[in-house]
This record gives sequence, C-alpha cells and structure tokens, in this order.
Amino acid sequence: MNCLNVCHILGISTLLPEEISLILDTAESLKEILDRPIKKVPLLRGKTVVHLFFEPSTRTRLSFELAAKRLGADTIGISAGASSVKKGETLIDTVRNIEAMRPDVIVIRHPYSGTPYLLTQYVKSAVINAGDGINEHPSQALLDVFTVREHLGHIEGLKVAILGDILHSRVAHSDILAFTKMGAEVVVSGPGTMLPPRQSQVLGARVVLRTEEAIEDADVIIALRIQRERQDQSLIPSIREYATFFGLWPERLRLARPGVLIMHPGPINRGVEMAPEVADGPYSVILDQVTNGVAVRMALLALLFKKGE
Amino acid sequence: MRPLLFTNARIIDPGQDWDFLGRLLVENGIIAAVGQSLEVPEDARTIDLKGKWLVPGLIDIHVHLREPGEEYKETIETGTAAAAAGGFTAVACMANTRPVNDSAGITKFILERAREVAKTRVYPIAAVTVGQRGEQLTEFGDLLSAGAVAFSDDGLPLGARMMRHALEYAKSFDALIISHSEELELSEGGLMNEGRISIELGLKGIPAAAEEVAVFRDVTLAGLTGGRLHIAHVSTKGSVEIIRQAKARGIKVTAETAPHYFSITEEAVIGYNTSAKMNPPLRTEADRVAIIEGIRDGTIDVIATDHAPHSTIEKECEFQLAANGIIGLETSVPLSLNLVRSGHISASQLVRCMSSSPSQILGVAGGSLTPGSPADISVIDSDQTFILTLESLHSMSHNSPFLGKELQGRAILTLIDGRPIYDPEGIASPHQDPL
Repeated sequence: MNCLNVCHILGISTLLPEEISLILDTAESLKEILDRPIKKVPLLRGKTVVHLFFEPSTRTRLSFELAAKRLGADTIGISAGASSVKKGETLIDTVRNIEAMRPDVIVIRHPYSGTPYLLTQYVKSAVINAGDGINEHPSQALLDVFTVREHLGHIEGLKVAILGDILHSRVAHSDILAFTKMGAEVVVSGPGTMLPPRQSQVLGARVVLRTEEAIEDADVIIALRIQRERQDQSLIPSIREYATFFGLWPERLRLARPGVLIMHPGPINRGVEMAPEVADGPYSVILDQVTNGVAVRMALLALLFKKGE
Repeated sequence: MRPLLFTNARIIDPGQDWDFLGRLLVENGIIAAVGQSLEVPEDARTIDLKGKWLVPGLIDIHVHLREPGEEYKETIETGTAAAAAGGFTAVACMANTRPVNDSAGITKFILERAREVAKTRVYPIAAVTVGQRGEQLTEFGDLLSAGAVAFSDDGLPLGARMMRHALEYAKSFDALIISHSEELELSEGGLMNEGRISIELGLKGIPAAAEEVAVFRDVTLAGLTGGRLHIAHVSTKGSVEIIRQAKARGIKVTAETAPHYFSITEEAVIGYNTSAKMNPPLRTEADRVAIIEGIRDGTIDVIATDHAPHSTIEKECEFQLAANGIIGLETSVPLSLNLVRSGHISASQLVRCMSSSPSQILGVAGGSLTPGSPADISVIDSDQTFILTLESLHSMSHNSPFLGKELQGRAILTLIDGRPIYDPEGIASPHQDPL
C-alpha cells in the first residue's frame, strides 16, 4: 500500500492496519526534516490548510500548524472565540463559507463528537479530526503508536496499559483502536466511574478494575490526563485520592516489564497522573511523543494530498 | 350525503371480536349496519373494498402539533393532514406548545383552530404544571371544562412530589396523567442509548435505568394514590417488566410505545444520524424484542407515534445540538403492520392498540364499529408498498429515519362522520358516482 483508502482522517475506527502502517512509515521518512538546519520542504507548496479549533488547544494546534508549514503549505486558523459561530451562524454555514475560499485541508477540533464527520458531508476539502468530543483523537493515537514502534521496534504482541478516564477520553478511544489494530493487547483501568459499566471489554481492550493488574507485565503505560472538573461531576472524590490509588508511582511501576515506556498525551498534572520522577524518569518518552506528533501530522497531510492528486 | 355501502371489507373491531369479510353501511355520518348481508337503501353508493381492512378510525394519543408557537415545524392543519393520511381520525396533542397549553384559553385556542383547519379530531392534552415548570399544578377542572382530555408535562419529567399530587388531584376529576418517565439526574447530557454503540460513537449515553427507575417510581405513586397513570413512550425491556408487574398488582396504569421502538435500534444512530435522535433514545435489540412481547401480551396498551416534527434548522447540525424526536403519523400503520405480518400480534390486537384502547384510555369517542357509532373509519391496504419520500409526506417536517425506505401497508381512505378526509384514490368521492 502506498496510498490511503480514506479521503479524510476522521478516526482510527475508519483506518485499516495497512493504512496505519503507511502513515507510520511516511512519518518515519519525514521526521528527519525536523532535524535539518532548514526545516522546510516544498511538498505542499501552494496548498492551504485551515485549522478550525472550537476548543482550547496549545500543543495539538501548534503541532498541526508546524507540520503544515514544514511541508510548505499556507496555514490559517480560527479558534472558537474568533470565529463567527458566536454571532449565531451555524457551524455548517461557517464551514461552507470557509470552503468557498478554496482551502485544501480542514483540520478541526470540536467539543461535539461526530462533528468532523458532519463536515465531510458539506465540504470538498479533506478533513482531519484533531479531536472531537469524547469520540476520537486519531493523530494523537498515531503518534503514540509511532513512538512505541520507534522505541520497541514493533507493536504486535506488546501489552499496552491505558490508565485514567477511559469512558470520557477521546485519546483512550483512539489509542485502544490503534494499538489493537496493530496487534497489541490493550488493558484499560481507572476508577469505576471512568470505566464502561458492566463491560469486560471496550472497543477491543480488556477492562480491569485494579490498576496493578493493568500495569503488570506491561510494555507500555499510557496515563491519561485527569480533568479537574471531573471532581465536581462526582466521578472522583478528590484529585488527591485519584493520585494515591490510580496514579503511577515508582513502586507500582515495578510490576511492569523492565524498561516499560511511560507515555502521557499531555498536558500533564505532575503528582496526579504520575509522580514527577516517573514523568522525568529514564523510560519516559513523553517529549518524544511531542516531537513525533509533528512528523505524524506531516505524514497525514502528505498522504491526503497524495490521495487528492 | 348518500349512504355509503362498503362491500368485501375485512371488518375488524376488537371490542366486538369482529374480524370477518362483510359489509358496512354508513348513513348520515353514522355506522348504520354491519354484517355479511345487509338491507341496503336503494340510493346507497357501493364501494367494493376487495378484502381491504375496514377498521375504527385510528387514534394517536401522543402527537406534537407545534401550534401555537412553532408553526414553522408543523401546524394543526398540516399535522392533522399527516394524521389523516396515516389513517388517523383523531390525535391528542401534547402541551409543550409556545405558550404551553396550561390554561383554558390555550386549550380553547387549539380547539378553535382545529375547528377551522383540522382534518381530524383534535384532543388537547394540557400541562400538569404551569409552564411545564414542575412547580404549580394547572387548573385541571377548568382545563377539562375547556376540552382538555388528559394532563402531561411530556418532555419534562415531573418531580416525585409533584407526580404524587398530580395523581391525587386528578382523581377528583377522574383525569388521566400521562408521564414522561425519565430520571434526569441519570440522563443528563445523554445523546443516545448508553452501551457499546454510544462508546463507539463517542456520544454520552442515556442508560435504560434512567427510564426504568422513573417508571418504577411512577407506578409506585399510582399505587399509593389510586390515580390513573399512563406511561408514555416505553422504550426498554426493564420498563415493560415493571409495568407488567404493576398491572398484575392491580395498579391503574396503562402504557404506550412508539413504532420506532419496536422497528429499529440504536444502530440507526451510526453515522451521527440526527433523524435517529430522540428521547427516550432508540435502544438495543433485546429491548426491541421485549417491547414487541409487551404489545403481544397486553402490557403495552397503545401504539402512539410521539410525532415530533422538527425543521432542518434543528436537525441538520451537530448531533449534540440536534433536537430530539421524529415524525411518525405517516409511518405508524406500515411499521405496526410489520408486527402482524411477522405473526407477533393479530390484526385485531393491532386495531386495539391503535384505536380501541386509545379511545378508552382518553375517554373519547371512536374505537368501535358498532352500529350507532360516528362513522370514523380507516380503510387500510395492508399489502400496498410505497417508498417514503419528501414529496409523499403531508407533514411540514421530514425528520424520519424511514425516509427513502420501502414500507408496506397504508391507509387508502379515512372518514370522519362518514366524510372522506383522506381519499387519494378517489374511492369515496362523489364524482365516482355512476349517477
């Protein structure tokens, strides 16, 4: 395979394992551009990428913008505050107006699940989902898989533990789908309020109630960000209690395989999802994830353009 | 008007235990005679129905007509036109208009408009509480005097205390309380049924328990108070079981479901299909099967549509923002006939659910073909297939998950007081007269 089947990147759920491999391979070859003194290639010269962010984002947006610029595309963006959405215009009308200015790719982050899918029914541009509600965050999952493959050489047969708010996390959903599609065993755990009720399986991952059971013999541990407002929603009694019983502490880590990779999609709450010494420890690849994010997003743009031609 | 004689009609009336091929005579707007051979007045016009169903006019006890206040979605005129085309001779319209039907003035307005423009009979359901705010009971006596037939805050569940008082106060008038049973604390923010598919789509779920704990609460309060309770739009297996047990204990409760709950499941939401977004949400296959069993064994008394028109403004948007509800008046007959075709219920049971029981529960005329009754009649071709299209709909809105689908069975003639209100093939129209 040297071309994507899909015309949009809406979610891992719509990608075949071969497409994921193609994206990873492409990212691998594009990554060296980031280390050049002149960090730019003219692959997407004359193309326009529009970033529509209807939710606050720092790193994802920066990463997408950089990826597009590294490939020579023009980028413009709006965030919810600056868009006309506040003036009573519907999203569909906003997007039709943007479409009328002839962009090539629309990257969208939106608080409501399924919105990127909705856009594809109204625009001709390729659409990339940069996170929709509690549904998917495909580029994050792809960069996570990329990072693991880069460090461990393969995905198949690995045990990947995902800890935190599994039910309400788009990162968890996309990660589960991506790692299982690539042949890993995924185990998820977190407080009972953050797991699917009465289900031993979610999207192909095994659900376990004890954090230790998830961590045991894990090759990779992904700790998800705990949103502080979850405390107010009575999902957890306190941040402190979460940290004590569900966080990653050095003694808990001993249950995992030696050399276990520690990952986090960021932004990290130090001392909550994991101890500072874990986040900064020898097996933490959290900053590699950020670097790889740019490479993976370059790959997505490059492949969508190739597909469009 | 000349007498009308229907011949070769499959005459179905569950109240009389009738399901036979015979004749029915309409004279002066009244059903004059029913039988296999009748004395026929000389001037009668004969209509050979060739075996098609002739049933008491269908009655839909759960419809949103949107007038007053949201006439861009539906009006009393278009909503009742859709009803007539769906085989209904009467509809009961919910109180969540703008303003809310919470006073005799609004009830009278609806009835006045209905007299002017409605195709079918219209029975207003008044709100239980002022403004549907759940704080203060409406004037039940005054509203009933003005023509309201029941009370419901449909769409907005009542608190437990208010439900108790409503059931108690309604007893003074032998009035019916229709409950939208939903525990808001459990459903808040939910967009579809909670389960495997809600996770796959990343949509916050509404657990079946949100309905079931409320149904249990409401039947318990009906037991406590002795008030007459009707549970609207039952959608889960657990609710069916709770109602079954309540009936067995002698509690005065009746229940309805809607055709979509026994026809399709939560899978219809896949693709963020806003035409499948409703409250209560479409459930699982196990629920669908349990609903059918509830209809079969009589736990569920009524098939009502919960006809909820919305314009494209409310439906062509992000799933999260889309309004709840679908239209149903023009698809209820074919979808319900599926249950007869599949052998789950008899034709007579179908007529009971769509005509006889609704008339008994609301205490309104109709539901029977006995001589002397007003000639409110539906003629149904149970075999005819058609594709539901935008053009075929009489409703102003077209928010239906069945759009573009082939359906089987439809009304071909609807009469009120012997007058045709829907007759697309001109079966009963005077210019077909040989004279």
